[in-house]
Amino acid sequence: MSLLEARGLSKRFGGLQAVHDLSFALAEGEMLGLIGPNGAGKTTAFNLLSGFLRPDAGSVSFRGRPLVGLKPHAICRLGLARTFQLVRPFPRMTALDNVKVGALARHAHPAAAAARAAAVLERVGLAGKQGVRAAGLTLAERKRLELARALATEPTLLLLDEVMAGLNPAETETMVQLIGRIHADGVSILLIEHNMRAVMALSHRILVLSFGERIAEGPPAAIANHPKVIEAYLGEEYVGTAPA
Amino acid sequence: MRWGGLAALLVLLALPAVLSSYAVTIFILIFFYAYLGQAWNIVGGYAGQLSAGHAAFVGVGGYTAAMLSNELGLTPWVGMFAGAALAAVLGGVIGYLGFRFGLRGFYFVLLTVAFAEVGRIAASNIDALGGALGLYITFTGDPRQFQFQDNRAYYYIALALLLLATGVAWAIERRRFGAYLAAIREDEGAAEALGVDTLRYKLLAMLVSSFLTGLGGTFYAFYLFSLQPNAVFGIPMSVEIILRPIVGGAGTLLGPILGSFILTPLGELSRFYFGQSGLYGAHLIAYGLLLIGVVLFLPEGAYPRLARALARRRARP
Amino acid sequence: MAVGLTLIFGVMRVINFAHGDMMVWGMYIALLLSRRAGLDPYVGFVISAVALFALGLAVQRGLVQRIVDAPHEMQILLMLGVALVLENAALMAFGPEPERVRSPLAASTIWLGPVFVDVGRLVTFGVAVLLTLLLWLFLFRTDLGRAIRAAADNPYGALVIGTDVRRVYATAFGIGAACVGAAGALVSPLLPFQPATGLSLSITSFNIVIIGGMGSLLGAFIGGLLVSVAESLGAVFLAPSLKELVSFSLLILILLFRPAGLFGKRAP
Repeated sequence: MSLLEARGLSKRFGGLQAVHDLSFALAEGEMLGLIGPNGAGKTTAFNLLSGFLRPDAGSVSFRGRPLVGLKPHAICRLGLARTFQLVRPFPRMTALDNVKVGALARHAHPAAAAARAAAVLERVGLAGKQGVRAAGLTLAERKRLELARALATEPTLLLLDEVMAGLNPAETETMVQLIGRIHADGVSILLIEHNMRAVMALSHRILVLSFGERIAEGPPAAIANHPKVIEAYLGEEYVGTAPA
Repeated sequence: MRWGGLAALLVLLALPAVLSSYAVTIFILIFFYAYLGQAWNIVGGYAGQLSAGHAAFVGVGGYTAAMLSNELGLTPWVGMFAGAALAAVLGGVIGYLGFRFGLRGFYFVLLTVAFAEVGRIAASNIDALGGALGLYITFTGDPRQFQFQDNRAYYYIALALLLLATGVAWAIERRRFGAYLAAIREDEGAAEALGVDTLRYKLLAMLVSSFLTGLGGTFYAFYLFSLQPNAVFGIPMSVEIILRPIVGGAGTLLGPILGSFILTPLGELSRFYFGQSGLYGAHLIAYGLLLIGVVLFLPEGAYPRLARALARRRARP
Repeated sequence: MAVGLTLIFGVMRVINFAHGDMMVWGMYIALLLSRRAGLDPYVGFVISAVALFALGLAVQRGLVQRIVDAPHEMQILLMLGVALVLENAALMAFGPEPERVRSPLAASTIWLGPVFVDVGRLVTFGVAVLLTLLLWLFLFRTDLGRAIRAAADNPYGALVIGTDVRRVYATAFGIGAACVGAAGALVSPLLPFQPATGLSLSITSFNIVIIGGMGSLLGAFIGGLLVSVAESLGAVFLAPSLKELVSFSLLILILLFRPAGLFGKRAP
């Protein structure tokens, strides 16, 4: 049984069909990349999976449990956590308190949660910024904070929405390694990214969306050479980027 | 900080022995409005759900206890809990309606104001509740009926109430409940994504807040011996309630207390000074200006500013 | 009245709690004009409008502009403060007793088909329609009007194309206030008013705007009609003192079931 399975997901906003008949499966331990041009419906898909939007049709199951109709907090507690494309830190709270909110999902006692939060911050490399208010962090740090917060909920599956957007090459490299480490620790990951090199390097498989529909699916090498994908999105320069 | 608090408490406990009756009255008002402000703080400051209709809970609590006492002879010591419970029910209804239907910010404020006004109109028009003239409580001076000859008894009760509310707020602050409320205040959506059942916690905050406020209603009724619908349910009362935490620091433990120590004497002074020359409403203008000033220049409130200034002074070698 | 509020909210997303109190000032100005200068409110409303335009501008420039980026709660509190100041300044200036402006026009009636109609109300209605039309023309046909709509839709975009967004905001607020000032003056012969009336007027405005849909001018107009009908019916069937109850209950219901209103363009 796959960890996450989506079947026939559809969502329409007024005149726009944001997601149409989307189906895919993600196996335990897998890192699945989700790519596609802007407006292809990737974030909408995330919102559908994490309970922020209700699909017009289709189903989602996580470890066999149906998710449609559950509120986001319930889905988080089941083990599916997400980050936001435009980071949403709690601005007036410190980094530690931010992550603590996530940790409280699994450790009801504030002291235990704080300890866990400190550990997670260490893991993402923000240990020195524990006491800094989130509003005072740089973008790269805030992205890591967002990641740390979601991690603190001890998810089985992590949905990352463009965690590398806006980062310079050095920061991107750090993030890629961080994600790799998290994955190695046993967290399955579904990754939306525009940074092709990162996605190709990290993912086992890639899913390509365009105008709300799946147009291709397969290992990075296959995707990089897929005619439909190149036509819709990648462009010639990316042919051959994927590891052989 | 702890020792300072303890010292302050001891001073407050000893004060009535040396203060004039008028000064004691001022302190009663300081404590009482700080209490109401602290109760509001739980849902308005910590959880960030602005309610401009908390007067409704004062009204419900006060009227219930007063009616139970007048009609059934039930001692307010018990009646206050009935009043508080009813206030909590109202709070739950408002909270559920508001939060379940996703009313945020402005819309929620409007909802709370609407309910408070409905309460005011109802109390003004229902003869059984005294109608527009209000309810009166005959003075018997019987402590078992929550009435005291000596002002100082009210002083200690008001202080006890303040300590109660502050204690509750402190307990909330330290637990998961408090962290979750802060998260909700900062960003509800992000909080949901982290496993926080925002509806449940907002509702809980509302229940606690309205319950405590309702208790205060009974104190109000049996301190003033009368309940006027416009005074108890009206906007000016709601303003008095929210002003203290906002000026002192919403979402902080000492904010409402600091705010009350600043505002109550000021209010009394301006009421006294302006009232003499027949200038009605001047103190409300002052309140309005203060609100504007705080929003523009001191949005976090006085206490956080003060705390930072003190910390800086301590840090200087 | 509601049109003014829609303008303010729709353009700037600022919730103007002081709306009703501004209207009351409009009424008091009309009263002053009537008493001191013998000016009929149906003429004097222009002056009310101008005065309140100035007030609106001042409030916006001096206060609201500073906290445009602040969280909504702060804006609400700010306007609440302004409302308090306005209401109690009126109290101090004019006293708490209810007033009514006398106007010869208001007292006379004419036959309009099968019904008696108050000339006063007719004029008020007529002027309101006229003003709404003028406003519509202004917003849709003039450059400044278009700038206001642009800024409402997309403040950054408007900035980019060179719109002086601050001036636009100030103007919009000012116009909104002017509308309300005019409304106050026009209504002053019809309604007894006192400083405390401000709150119920604010609530009524919000009712109308919410029902009609925030940000939609047409909505505000239709909403206004609907709400007044509902309130009048309420007054007929229930005791007059409970009329306010109707508007509050209406508000609660609307808030719960259709916060976007009938023509709402913006999600709350």
